[in-house]
Amino acid sequence: MIFLSRTLPVIVALCFGVLGIGIYYVPHAAAQNIERELALWLRIVFAFSYLLGLYSLLNLHWQRIRQRVEGWGYSAMVYAGFGLMMLFVIYNDGQGPFAPQAEGTAAENGYQWLFEYVQVACSSTMFSILAFFIASAAYRTFRARTPEAALLLVAAIVVMLGRVPIGAYISDYVPAAADWLLNVPNLAAKRGILLGVSLGAIATSLRIIFGIERSYLGGGDE
Amino acid sequence: MLNKALSWLAGLVCLVVVASDCRGQAAAGGSVLPLIADVAAFDTPNDAGGSITLTWARSRSIPESAIYKAYIAEANEGPYYLASEIAGGANLQSEEPETFGYGDEAQDAHFLHIAEYAGREGVISLQNDKTYYVRLELHSGNISTRNPVLTASAEGNYFNWTKLNNIVLGALLSFLILGFISLARRRDLYIRRIGGLEALDEALGRATEMGKPVLFIHGLRDMSQISTIAAVNILGRVARRTAEYDAALRVVAPDPVVMSVSQETVQASYFEAGRPDAFNPDHVFVAGTEQFSYAAATEGIMVRERPAAHIMMGYFYAESLLLAETGSTTGAIQIAGTDAFTQLPFFVTTCDYTLMGEELYAASAYLSREPKLLGSLKGQDAGKAIIIAAIVLGALLATVDIPFLTQIFTPH
Repeated sequence: MIFLSRTLPVIVALCFGVLGIGIYYVPHAAAQNIERELALWLRIVFAFSYLLGLYSLLNLHWQRIRQRVEGWGYSAMVYAGFGLMMLFVIYNDGQGPFAPQAEGTAAENGYQWLFEYVQVACSSTMFSILAFFIASAAYRTFRARTPEAALLLVAAIVVMLGRVPIGAYISDYVPAAADWLLNVPNLAAKRGILLGVSLGAIATSLRIIFGIERSYLGGGDE
Repeated sequence: MLNKALSWLAGLVCLVVVASDCRGQAAAGGSVLPLIADVAAFDTPNDAGGSITLTWARSRSIPESAIYKAYIAEANEGPYYLASEIAGGANLQSEEPETFGYGDEAQDAHFLHIAEYAGREGVISLQNDKTYYVRLELHSGNISTRNPVLTASAEGNYFNWTKLNNIVLGALLSFLILGFISLARRRDLYIRRIGGLEALDEALGRATEMGKPVLFIHGLRDMSQISTIAAVNILGRVARRTAEYDAALRVVAPDPVVMSVSQETVQASYFEAGRPDAFNPDHVFVAGTEQFSYAAATEGIMVRERPAAHIMMGYFYAESLLLAETGSTTGAIQIAGTDAFTQLPFFVTTCDYTLMGEELYAASAYLSREPKLLGSLKGQDAGKAIIIAAIVLGALLATVDIPFLTQIFTPH
């Protein structure tokens, strides 16, 4: 059992890790075919994993409904939404569940209608909430209680003014200063972070490929 | 006398005809196109095949309106089809330094890649290991010159030499990291303190004392991404601590594969901590597969269940602030870690601790305190030192017009 749960995953990680690195440097059609094949495997695994995800989601909400935990009504809405969507997918404009999904506009297709006028609308609502959250987070952060926060406040005001017409109306230097802040100190910090991220990714990959890092197999420290 | 003059005239006409045909030159109205010099045809390097390349010397004396036309055939006798045509001053080899280098000579030569041509039955792609006959012509107005027919065949290459700098630098950094891992086995290495990770124990302890769960939130990317793998590594460590402390752990994932891997990881951690009975697979679940559905579901859990600690690890997009700001209103300790630099400001403003960029990848090794893993962190730091030195040196050399180091680090 130790072999299956510990050794085999490490061997698989080593083989496919080295293969993945190798394919990146080999342009030959044989290597590209292997890459395509692996991508196909990934898609097949992903398709089956959706069943697991569906079970997980429905089971979670079923438990909440069954136990009448606080907010169980929202879980009931999950079932209602899922059932309604499923109904239209199975109906499939009268073609049944085994035909390819019918295409059409929201006016012609119930599934499209639900997607465009319910899901997209809800997602847009969530996204729009972001504006208020940015304002509240900015209010907390930009209070000039420390020299660093004061510097942040000044930089934020310059960048915000530089991005709207009133900034240029005040002075031509405001948009220029905003651009400088974004293109010099901000970009330098971004690139510094990216360099660190790249090195971190290399180190993590090496640790996994050579079996030094095994915490993804469990919390062991071996 | 007349015969002699006619003979001379005929001889002169013959000479002109032979010269224009045999030497590849045409003359009309007093203008002459130069010969196309140093023409070569060969397999395009560094590709999967299906392409051949023509190169020839640049001529600075051709008219601006001149165009080069490349013809291709499957037999020496033809028929020849037009494969490509370019302006007389276009496609200098200096435009493709990854293939032809950075030398000054690249300014004095042209190139042309041919991957397909318009045949009688439509567009035909070049096949590997098949001999093609190519001919290059230079046209300007109604005069032209052509080079002799050359042969070449396309083939797939086994190494992409344009990525040589990548593999050398990657190998250098890898050996450095592996070297430090080896060194860490023999002696203790100093690792700088990472505040966010030191706070993990505090957050888990607080959750235990309050009897409330710890909520681990995955980023949006799938399991093939290194940031998600790093997040799962951290989850393994966190799960082991929660198992030891007997604290409840909830894990939300936006992807079924991430959920499955997380379930296995948490289960193994609970098993190793000697608490297999405490593991509940229903506590690791998919909260939603769409970005904002996921955010809404997770926010609902934060508000209703009021976890004592929120641990957000992985690659986040716009949902980062929705999650972190909602979390901060619940009073939970929030620790975030991401390599998405666009989302870092949001986490920094709303979370108690933020692991920035590389710290996300360092977290698992740091938490384990295992010498081998800590050695890799030291290797990362050494790699950074080398890169910083290269940046400073490269900037100095580029300032004095020596771009050698810049070219070494240029990705292709």
